[in-house]
Amino acid sequence: MKLSVWTYEGPPHVGAMRVATAMRGLHYVLHAPQGDTYADLLFTMIERRDQRPPVTYTTFQARDLGSDTANLFKTACEAAYQRFQPQAMIVGASCTAELIQDDPGGMAETMGLPVPVIPLELPSYQRKENFGADETMFQLVRHLSRPAEKTEKVTANLIGPTALGFRHRDDITELTRLLNDMGVEINVVAPFDATPEDFGRLASAHVNVLMYPETGEAACRWMEREYGIPFTKTVPIGVGASRDFVAEVAKLTGVEPAFDEGRLRLPWYSRSVDSTYLTGKRVFIFGDGTHVAAAARVARDEMGFEVVGMGCYNREMARMIRRLAKEYDVEAVITDDYLEVERAIEDLAPEMILGTQMERHIGKRLGIPCAVISAPVHVQDFPARYSPQMGIEGANVIFDTWVHPLVMGLEEHLLHMFREDFEFHDEAGPSHHGAHAKPASPPVAEDVAQPNSTPESVPERQSTVEGVWLSDAENELKKIPFFVRGKARRNTEKFAAERGLNEISIDTLYEAKAHYAR
Amino acid sequence: MNSPLRPPPESGCRSAPILKERGQHEVFCGLTGIIWLHRKMQDAFFLVVGSRTCAHLLQSAAGVMIFAEPRFGTAILEEGDLAGLADAQEELEREVARLLERRKDIRQLFLVGSCPSEVIKLDLARAAEKLSAQYAPHVRVLNYSGSGIETTFTEGEDACLAAMIPALPETDERQLLVVGALPDVVEDQMLDLLGKLGIDNVRVLPARRADDTLAVGPNTVFALTQPFLGGSLAALGRRGARHIPAPFPFGEEGTTAWLRAVAMEFGVDLTLFGNVTNAPRARAKKAVAQAAAPLRDKSIFFFPDSQLEIPLARFLTRECGMQAIEVGAPFIHKGVVGPDLDLLPQGPTIAEGQDVDLQLERCRAAQPDLTVCGLGLANPLEAEGLATKWAIELVFTPVHFYEQAGDLASLFARPLNRRGLLHFEAAE
Repeated sequence: MKLSVWTYEGPPHVGAMRVATAMRGLHYVLHAPQGDTYADLLFTMIERRDQRPPVTYTTFQARDLGSDTANLFKTACEAAYQRFQPQAMIVGASCTAELIQDDPGGMAETMGLPVPVIPLELPSYQRKENFGADETMFQLVRHLSRPAEKTEKVTANLIGPTALGFRHRDDITELTRLLNDMGVEINVVAPFDATPEDFGRLASAHVNVLMYPETGEAACRWMEREYGIPFTKTVPIGVGASRDFVAEVAKLTGVEPAFDEGRLRLPWYSRSVDSTYLTGKRVFIFGDGTHVAAAARVARDEMGFEVVGMGCYNREMARMIRRLAKEYDVEAVITDDYLEVERAIEDLAPEMILGTQMERHIGKRLGIPCAVISAPVHVQDFPARYSPQMGIEGANVIFDTWVHPLVMGLEEHLLHMFREDFEFHDEAGPSHHGAHAKPASPPVAEDVAQPNSTPESVPERQSTVEGVWLSDAENELKKIPFFVRGKARRNTEKFAAERGLNEISIDTLYEAKAHYAR
Repeated sequence: MNSPLRPPPESGCRSAPILKERGQHEVFCGLTGIIWLHRKMQDAFFLVVGSRTCAHLLQSAAGVMIFAEPRFGTAILEEGDLAGLADAQEELEREVARLLERRKDIRQLFLVGSCPSEVIKLDLARAAEKLSAQYAPHVRVLNYSGSGIETTFTEGEDACLAAMIPALPETDERQLLVVGALPDVVEDQMLDLLGKLGIDNVRVLPARRADDTLAVGPNTVFALTQPFLGGSLAALGRRGARHIPAPFPFGEEGTTAWLRAVAMEFGVDLTLFGNVTNAPRARAKKAVAQAAAPLRDKSIFFFPDSQLEIPLARFLTRECGMQAIEVGAPFIHKGVVGPDLDLLPQGPTIAEGQDVDLQLERCRAAQPDLTVCGLGLANPLEAEGLATKWAIELVFTPVHFYEQAGDLASLFARPLNRRGLLHFEAAE
């Protein structure tokens, strides 16, 4: 038993729903109690889908438990087939139905429905959403694909994009363009917008592009084994990774690499002098393993940030992220407990977070700017405009998205210079984000850099140091811009503790600054 | 009284036939109530004993996450907990100890049962009893079920309040107990009105904070402010308290009728009643008339959701001039919504339970001007061209009593107004 307040991933049947909802002509019959229908709103509200997910829930109740939940499942299954006439069906149980052991797969098999019915075994008490999506995609491929002649032209399948994915819709468009530029055509995109019949054509592709290992790796591995279709290992997020990806596809398929430099703006934007202020910005990166690994490379090599910490919530990627963290000389945070992530962020006091919706909230609480790079996502992460993460336009979008939450370069200098101007002070926040502005007021709380937090949301923290801040040192500390103040406080306290100082004066503050100067 | 209540229609819906359906229910489970209950009860913590699905539901249904560390959480059952139930009890005690250690401000802890905990028959009542003894008197530990196999959406609040009632101390005092979680601002308005009517001994369940002076007994009379409190009604009956049946305080008419039922119970003088209510009644009427203009003669279709459907249909038909086509509710408890059914003119289909696909067919065939439904159905229906009002907003927004009557009408008018505002055609 583990106490959880917010979760990064839903249960595995939600992963299966992400696959089913992305597709056309597939129907999912889920043995589940009525409350589980909440999952529909993930798709209709957060992603603004204009259709109900293709899911029939049996919605059994307590009074059904003693009698015949199995029969309820059969009736629901039959009715769903009659009503929706799908090309194929998937059947499974949610966490509660798993406990009553009705075996939906076995029952559906005996019903003799005239379409393929694919049973899903998704252990709700061990695994999570990404596993559910990956396993569902794998089972669909295993049951619906068949050996086929290769297409005459060089073609690729795009594997892994689902409903409720972070920018999956636009990544498909961008990758299609990237591949078309080098003469590779798309055979099948799956599961996004694919029908069960489309799965029958998967084996005709020359290469599988594994867009998101979280939701497509098992399928790609199986197709490699069964049909000898190689799959790409590079996830083309960022400039360098996109170039590597193009080279990898060229190598796997024998086509000439091509890369449309004309559309690429990130390198120049990053080299232009206005971006100098980005140099060495300390960033913390958290999300699913794939997006974190890609973001780390972009952050260090293409933005000139300093990566001070990274981690992922999906244990399936733990080994890869641990290895990468070693390369970056940081500690990997592998956890799905957001409180642990929050503690890591507090301790590292980064100047920016690249994370999920959860870290956006953590950042809001701690007064640290945050850009979202990974699921879990919220309605605002499904923008109306074209905003991929992958390929050339993806790199351009990343530059804009990551710079947006920060205080602009010259503005940052001015804040340093005129710290106590009553209108132009650091509590006002970046000038292009109107909502933060509020007049300067005498600081009341220990941490004045939290304009958005309510008193309730700031738990009292025990000071870990014996050293007491003298009031002039405390005032001096407040003159330090908010985005480095936390770090300065911690460094100074550490410095004082190591030297056994009981009081922290202005001198201690500046001695510590010199001591920790890079 | 200068302006008497409007007479009820010649034939109301109390004895109208009810279309009972059992098929796929597109509704939340009772855990959802935690989202507003934990804001209302400021020293309570809601610990769901359930699965990852429960935790995911709570954060998804909240729509926006309330990221101050919320006063709710889920103890997620894992493989090991299912194997040995004795261990699950111990694990639960350990999690509670850890929680109460960290949150000293917690005075009431609710162990909330879920579908999985009910199915494996985890005995939360016993756990609550044991923990209560352990943490008394500082923390009271209670339990209820918010599981989807037993409760639908707002029934979670009912189950929570019903769980508190047996634990209340006994009193012989003559008092009015008002039952149902209301936003503080609305609750204050209500208490002010009751005070002006000379009814002073008024208590509210749930109280904002654990309140040792809240008691119940044979001289307690109680009024409900929410139509989903059938279980609480029964629990109060078992404590000897007596229910004051009344229409629910939505809109000018509903509020007046509710207040009048209470006033009659307490023998309030009619002149005083008029003096106290005339001004706010006039204000509410005016506000509703302004806000409801776009609703007049429009048709409305309710999918079952919060159990507010029947009182709201009464408000929208009688005060806003709408035509109800179908009024669906998860459950219909005539002892609770009977007075509202009396006022609702016969005509609409009254439906209990749900078979969502069949109901969608009826809705499409009827082409209502406005459809009230849950979040899973709203965008798909909009995409089909039907204007919708999400039902969950009705439980998250102050809508009760006089001063909110106009706001309540506005909630329904807004989707229609918005359609009138949007134009995407070329200028010529």
